Amino acid sequence: MVVVQAGRPAPVLHPLQAALVAGIAPLFIGALLCDLAYGSTAEPQWSNFAAWLLAGGMVYAGFALLWALIDLVRLRTTRGRAGLLALALLALFVFGLVDCFVHARDAWAIMPDGPILSAVVAVLSLIALALSLSLLRRERVA
Amino acid sequence: MKRLFPALLLCSLAAACGSSNGADPVQFGHDPQLPDQQTGLVPTMKIASPAPWGDHRPVVPQGYTITAIATGFGIARQTLVLPNGDILVAEGRGGHEAALRPKDFIAGIIKAKGTSHAKSGNRLTLLRDADGDGTYELRTVFASGLDAPYGLALVGNTLYVANQGSLVRFDYRPGQTVASGPPVTLTDLPSRINHHWTKSLAASADGRYLYVGIGSNSNITERGMDAEIDRAMVWQVDTATGAHRPFATGLRNPTALAIQPGSGQLWTVVNERDELGPDLVPDYLTSVREGAFYGWPYSYWGQHVDRRVHPQDPAKVASATRPDYGLGSHVAALGLAFSSPAMGPRFAEGVFVGEHGSWNRSRPSGYKVVFIPFRNGRPTGAPVDVVTGFQGASGDTWGRPVGVTVDPKGSLLVADDLSNTIWRVTPAR
Repeated sequence: MVVVQAGRPAPVLHPLQAALVAGIAPLFIGALLCDLAYGSTAEPQWSNFAAWLLAGGMVYAGFALLWALIDLVRLRTTRGRAGLLALALLALFVFGLVDCFVHARDAWAIMPDGPILSAVVAVLSLIALALSLSLLRRERVA
Repeated sequence: MKRLFPALLLCSLAAACGSSNGADPVQFGHDPQLPDQQTGLVPTMKIASPAPWGDHRPVVPQGYTITAIATGFGIARQTLVLPNGDILVAEGRGGHEAALRPKDFIAGIIKAKGTSHAKSGNRLTLLRDADGDGTYELRTVFASGLDAPYGLALVGNTLYVANQGSLVRFDYRPGQTVASGPPVTLTDLPSRINHHWTKSLAASADGRYLYVGIGSNSNITERGMDAEIDRAMVWQVDTATGAHRPFATGLRNPTALAIQPGSGQLWTVVNERDELGPDLVPDYLTSVREGAFYGWPYSYWGQHVDRRVHPQDPAKVASATRPDYGLGSHVAALGLAFSSPAMGPRFAEGVFVGEHGSWNRSRPSGYKVVFIPFRNGRPTGAPVDVVTGFQGASGDTWGRPVGVTVDPKGSLLVADDLSNTIWRVTPAR
């Protein structure tokens, strides 16, 4: 990896990228809540809702991940919060994809993997959100 | 850490693909081998690739010939041979379920690739071979404007047709080529969602009752228990009043019904549940015992619990009846007919079963018509291939068998809903 050169400006986050990352969290948190509702009611419509919320979250996560990877290449660094953000988004995308496949199972077969994975991606989406907001703040301070 | 995630994903996917190498378990007969359940990440899907027949023809045993007697149907499903030898063909495609999950959209698009794109005929076509030379020179539309007709039965001078949402009757005079009037509804049939829409039909030997096979509204209750009211069962319908009662329950998708000659016993073939691996759950042939519960959704093949159903019901599991004879997993049995000695000594006693073919396993199963030998009125021994060659080694699929019907004069009719052809198998004379 290329070492960050002195004097190079800190990585900045485009506001649209921040909006993409911010879009993931409510969808994945919503999926987790729907999974929990399914767990307590066994009403399959809740897991249908969860599957759609996850699919929506994956659209945001996919674009946000792509943007973050392009940024890494463009800035030629994996260090700092930009690197962490890309890593968080990658983990989010992989776990989210597995969660989508789990939600394609029928009826109670999504238990308990579904809610566990939904909790993981919900936490990761909050981490990604915190990282992206902190990158925005650093830009303003600089 | 970054490398770990793809590795994890690959492992999960590999687990999903299952152990399709190695010998297949033996799954025909009274005691099929039932491997452990597999719930992977992605259900295995291997869809037939439709191709025109070209120079290919279905393969029949030595001493038999097969000919296409008619083609160009609007999805040919089931046939009925009338007393004068005329053939009625039920044509149509049913179901009106909405896609509820991303999976439903994706799987729907993939599965549609393996079926006919012909328009649903929603009619009965009559075929006649007046001079008995094996060529059906007359073809008329007997009745149109039906709603995905499937099950057919003739009782005396009354023709019963099971639409996907109603059981109707026509008056029938021998020799008639067109129905004399619109159908009269005997009773409505459960039609909400209609995930498994085919309504199979058979009449009791004395003609007093009709039996209607009604499939489940889901693979394994993923549309909720409410959607399964009056589903996955066989109804007994009184022909005089139209009144019905459940005759047997827990039959996931009883796609064909037949009355055994002599005993008058009702038999059915049932399509069992998917997405538990390539070798679960075997479809089966069974006599239908009055009042019996055959497991769906709580369990399969007796007391094998399906944990995908919640809440579970141990009392129902304990009461589940084991079916009589396994046909193999995912073969998709859609046709059932008792044979007669006119079919030749090899096929004198037993049933023919039309197997539409699998989608939920990497090595296809089904895609053929088999004969299950009977002795003393019960199925015994291994299935015998009767009509094969519907699918090539490359996966090219030229036809898919559905309904099978024995013409008492000595031929087997096979409805093929991919090439929309009626095939006729006759012993060489």
